[in-house]
Amino acid sequence: MSRVMRTVGTVAALGVLVAMPFYLDAFWLQVGAFMMAAIIGAIGLTVLVGTAGQLSLAHAFFLAAGAYGYAFLAGEPGAGSAGTTLAGAGLPTPLAALLAVALAGGAGLAFSPVAGRLNGLYLGVASLGLVFLGQHVLFNARPVTGGFNGRSVPELSVFGFRLTGDEPELVLLGVPFGARERLWYVALACAVAGYVVAGRIVRGRPGRAMRLMRQNPIAAASMGVPLRRYRAGAFVLSAMYAGLAGILIALTARRIVPDYFGLVLSIEYLAMVVIGGLGSVRGAAVGAAFVTGLPLVLSHYGDDIGFLARPGEDGVDAATAVRMLYGAAIVAFVIGSAQQARKAQKARKGTPNAITITMDRARRALPGGARRRLQRQGR
Amino acid sequence: MSRLIELLAIGVSLGSIYALIAVGFAVIFKGTRVVNFAQGSLLLLGAYVVAALSPHTGFWPALGIGLGAGALGGLVLYWLVGLVPHGEHMTLSILTIGADVLLATELARRIGSRVMPTGDPWADGVWRVGGLVVPYSRTAALLSALLVIGLLFVVFKRTTWGVSWRSAAADPEVATLMGIRLRRVRAASWLIGGALATLAGLFLVAFPNTGVEPHTGLLALRAVPAVIIGGLDSPEGAVAGGIAVGVTETLVAGYADELGFLGQGAGDVTPYLLMILILLWRPSGLFGSKEAVRV
Repeated sequence: MSRVMRTVGTVAALGVLVAMPFYLDAFWLQVGAFMMAAIIGAIGLTVLVGTAGQLSLAHAFFLAAGAYGYAFLAGEPGAGSAGTTLAGAGLPTPLAALLAVALAGGAGLAFSPVAGRLNGLYLGVASLGLVFLGQHVLFNARPVTGGFNGRSVPELSVFGFRLTGDEPELVLLGVPFGARERLWYVALACAVAGYVVAGRIVRGRPGRAMRLMRQNPIAAASMGVPLRRYRAGAFVLSAMYAGLAGILIALTARRIVPDYFGLVLSIEYLAMVVIGGLGSVRGAAVGAAFVTGLPLVLSHYGDDIGFLARPGEDGVDAATAVRMLYGAAIVAFVIGSAQQARKAQKARKGTPNAITITMDRARRALPGGARRRLQRQGR
Repeated sequence: MSRLIELLAIGVSLGSIYALIAVGFAVIFKGTRVVNFAQGSLLLLGAYVVAALSPHTGFWPALGIGLGAGALGGLVLYWLVGLVPHGEHMTLSILTIGADVLLATELARRIGSRVMPTGDPWADGVWRVGGLVVPYSRTAALLSALLVIGLLFVVFKRTTWGVSWRSAAADPEVATLMGIRLRRVRAASWLIGGALATLAGLFLVAFPNTGVEPHTGLLALRAVPAVIIGGLDSPEGAVAGGIAVGVTETLVAGYADELGFLGQGAGDVTPYLLMILILLWRPSGLFGSKEAVRV
């Protein structure tokens, strides 16, 4: 029964998502596209951090690799803003998108001598370096990236049909299908594919190996899990997810600037996966939608909400409010899920038997202070 | 040649500031196995308190209160981390990232677009010795770093408390059995980390910089390559790493004209490049203890 219900639920949710472009206006379609891009990126990160137990703060770097990789490979050479000359490979756009994902994966692979050897926390600290190095390259490799002012992103098209543009004109059921509507479906297709693939990886053999690796690397190694290869593999996988997300972000934003791909972005993605629950693909999707959507909606409707200050005024503006909110969310969700796990562990202790009854009696015999101390330690 | 010596002098003094932050990271990591990503906002907190109070109370009392505030901030973080019983170290470190975002955002909002000078006694004075130009503030930074870190190492090596700290870091369970109170020892690690961050923050915002800005906290991330180069769990390595980062950064920035192919602002990122190169060579840093696993 529950399985049938779940299938019905999934189909209904997909149906709603497919029908959305017929009802939503341009602003919400754009928010949706950004959300779906973030969902893909967050899924990649949750597999790396939650399942494989490897902390990464370099996600912004791989998002940038995908976004700029696509813009460069698909772009035509020409003049950029502020007197720069842009280089471009001028490849067909779908091919450029595939290659950009491969490029992001390749960047992850290039880092794998480091990523494969370091365990969780060390990698997290070391990966900080990639963000700063990456941003430095983005600012300085002007022919490729356009420098400080960024570069504009060519539309995705197949045989002359613009998948993210307005041509040729298309009207379905009386609704004009322009760039935003088409982009919605591209993003939706990518997000669904990413969700399904990640779900299969996490539930399948590699996922089981990675979870064991996170919980007990020694046990995993003695069960025949090649640690280095799995660590590097998880890193490359998450880099490719980030690359795809980067391409979608580029297609949605239409112009990409280096400032965006900084440490703050990495921390936002970390917030998404923490809010959703580390290692949960569905949770990452929810967290991504929340963290991406909230600031866009708040700044759009900021005037109507009232308690937020406009930029430049005193008081809490939308950006500050959102940052505080997800900072607090990280703290609250980490503490909350730990307390929950502790309660679950207590509940699992099972039915009383001779041993636990004796232990309980012994505990009761202790003086109050010592008993409370034991309680605090969870024993 | 004299330019090289001057750059080296400035690099070492800047490195000593990074060393202060890095030792804080390392002490907290060695004591509690948590990477404190909130070190940057602790630094900002301490520097902000000093800058906000010094017009009213004068510099030295403000410095005392600022150090207290930084240490207290560390203690609050320790309390937060303690709310996660038996937590994985990675989860705890993510927790400190959240705390960092919260604290840094609030402080940035309070500071706004101001640049708050700390009113330190060194002001913009400089030594001129045989063509060398070194600011007083940097000399003070170097001397205080030497003094504080030296004192800290003597405490760790020579005192009973230092022995209990080291044994708690080496094996918490055995240390507990020997009657060492883990909570106190760990809380002390965070106190030390917070106070060191404040001290570093004070010197980071002093001349040639102008004062406390919202982005000052990000400067603490420059100490990240320092701890990684030295080895996360080695306070001694943190000092060496700090100096290495300071010197690299200053040299690359100083010879920016000759190193033009690296691009603008290369000095700020070369420490990260150095870090990645060293990680390829020695995954646990120069002085870090190798991870030995016995099955």
